[in-house]
Amino acid sequence: MTPALETIGLHKRFGALTVANDIHFRLEAGARHALIGPNGAGKTTFVNLITGRLPPSAGRILLGGEDITALPQAARVRRGLGRTFQINTLFRGLSVLENVCLAVSERAGIGGDMLWRFGARRAALEYGYALLERLRIADDAARLVKELPYGKQRLVEIAIALGLQPSVLLLDEPAAGVPAAESAIILDVIERLPSDIAVLIIEHDMELVFRFARRITVLVQGSVLIEGTPAEIAADARVREVYLGEGHHA
Amino acid sequence: MSPVDASIRGHRLRAIELLPWLIAIGGYFGFGDYLTLGSQILIMILFALSLDLVLGYAGIVTLGHSAFFGAGAYAAGIYAAYVTGEPLSGLLIAALTAALIGWISGFVILRTQGLALLMLTLAVTALLAEAANKASFITGGADGLQGVDIDPIFGVFRFDLFGRTAYLYCLAVLFLTWLFARRLVHSSFGRSLVGIRENAARMHAIGSPVRRRLLTVYTISAALAGIAGALLAQTTQFVGLTVLGFQRSGEILIMLVFGGIGRLYGAFVGASLYMIAQDQLAKMDPEFWYFWIGLLLVLLVMFARGGILGLIDRLLGR
Repeated sequence: MTPALETIGLHKRFGALTVANDIHFRLEAGARHALIGPNGAGKTTFVNLITGRLPPSAGRILLGGEDITALPQAARVRRGLGRTFQINTLFRGLSVLENVCLAVSERAGIGGDMLWRFGARRAALEYGYALLERLRIADDAARLVKELPYGKQRLVEIAIALGLQPSVLLLDEPAAGVPAAESAIILDVIERLPSDIAVLIIEHDMELVFRFARRITVLVQGSVLIEGTPAEIAADARVREVYLGEGHHA
Repeated sequence: MSPVDASIRGHRLRAIELLPWLIAIGGYFGFGDYLTLGSQILIMILFALSLDLVLGYAGIVTLGHSAFFGAGAYAAGIYAAYVTGEPLSGLLIAALTAALIGWISGFVILRTQGLALLMLTLAVTALLAEAANKASFITGGADGLQGVDIDPIFGVFRFDLFGRTAYLYCLAVLFLTWLFARRLVHSSFGRSLVGIRENAARMHAIGSPVRRRLLTVYTISAALAGIAGALLAQTTQFVGLTVLGFQRSGEILIMLVFGGIGRLYGAFVGASLYMIAQDQLAKMDPEFWYFWIGLLLVLLVMFARGGILGLIDRLLGR
């Protein structure tokens, strides 16, 4: 079966520094996959390579079997590649609903519509609102994003990504900087993501990773150290050494 | 009301939006002696409106918008002087000329941002001003373009000495362009411009063709500025090099800041108050009137960020 996303020999160098080294990676359709690794392992770089924010030095990226290596960022999004950012990257001066509606409109191909087709705009708003209801932030739909607490802003990040109706969703540390009480809500949202979306989560929070992921890839210094089920990863001595620490429990 | 309905209704015409037009029509009947100033105000509103589209909505910082105003003025003036004095086709020619210059220059300069972009917008104006100066065989150079005779509108409404026709002509054109601009800023395209202003990187990340959108609004804005320039050329029947000056770019920016940027109506409030203040201050204090304008601007920027409309919003607690 064609994987939802695949990288073949993905390589990225900044001068003498190699930040992605011959990465072969498969994200199966409907996968719940986590990418972990210590700080500076190249996780966000990997996401930036996949999404087209950074051009690779070598290698190929396939989305649903189609080579997207040469495509610009926007074209990849239109083909179904969505992402969230490690640090909130929102439209802070706009309402929550408008934030999501921008994404929905672009996905629906009406983002450049100058004539304001009444039905199309309403449909985009209603789709966005339904999304907010699903993420339980519909009560804040009319509020400006900058007025929201950080945890809710993280949810808006996810709502925008879902507004793009992605087939592949890359979540870059979705619970980063969120207090424990609010991160439970985020985890709940992530667990209830539609099963037809292949999800790759980059996360430091091991509890979240082991609860969510059915497969885990460990990245160390830009290279894949190991890939396997959570049990295999937790049992691997090298992983314990480089990342999890001796005291970790499976 | 659900937020979806509120968002849709927020774009519908509200009664308060008719106020500028009622004032403009009232001005026609009540201030018959000031119709020439009135026409100038309407032209400046249109010019400021065009600037608001790029600066207020799309966040493109420019100090060179007079390039398009001037291009429109010269296009309309040259068209009237050498081809025909028919005014409406003159407006069209001016809009197309300014749009073409906007598209070509935007294609090059919108690759940059910040200070580099600011400098390039100035450079485009300087290039056009020098071109207009050197091409004196067609533009009249420093002496200005003479022989701009404008035919009656629709062959019926002759431009009169009191400026009545000119005023109504400017008002009608402003009304139509306002309708267009209003629809534009409330459209998905307009909202995406606000998205680009707020966070261009995220717009890229949601698949928006950011540069194409910016180029489109820059071209549209240039066309509107060109129409404003054409109105000036047609109603004054003269085009001088000052239409392409830096001062005009600066003044229009001040007018917009006066009124409030990114609000559509900031252009109406700012241009009207600036032009009236200029007129009155120049009468009261012919030597130092610019000082008072400067002082007003300092006070507004310090105490009323968001311009006069921003101040009103704050006073009303919105």
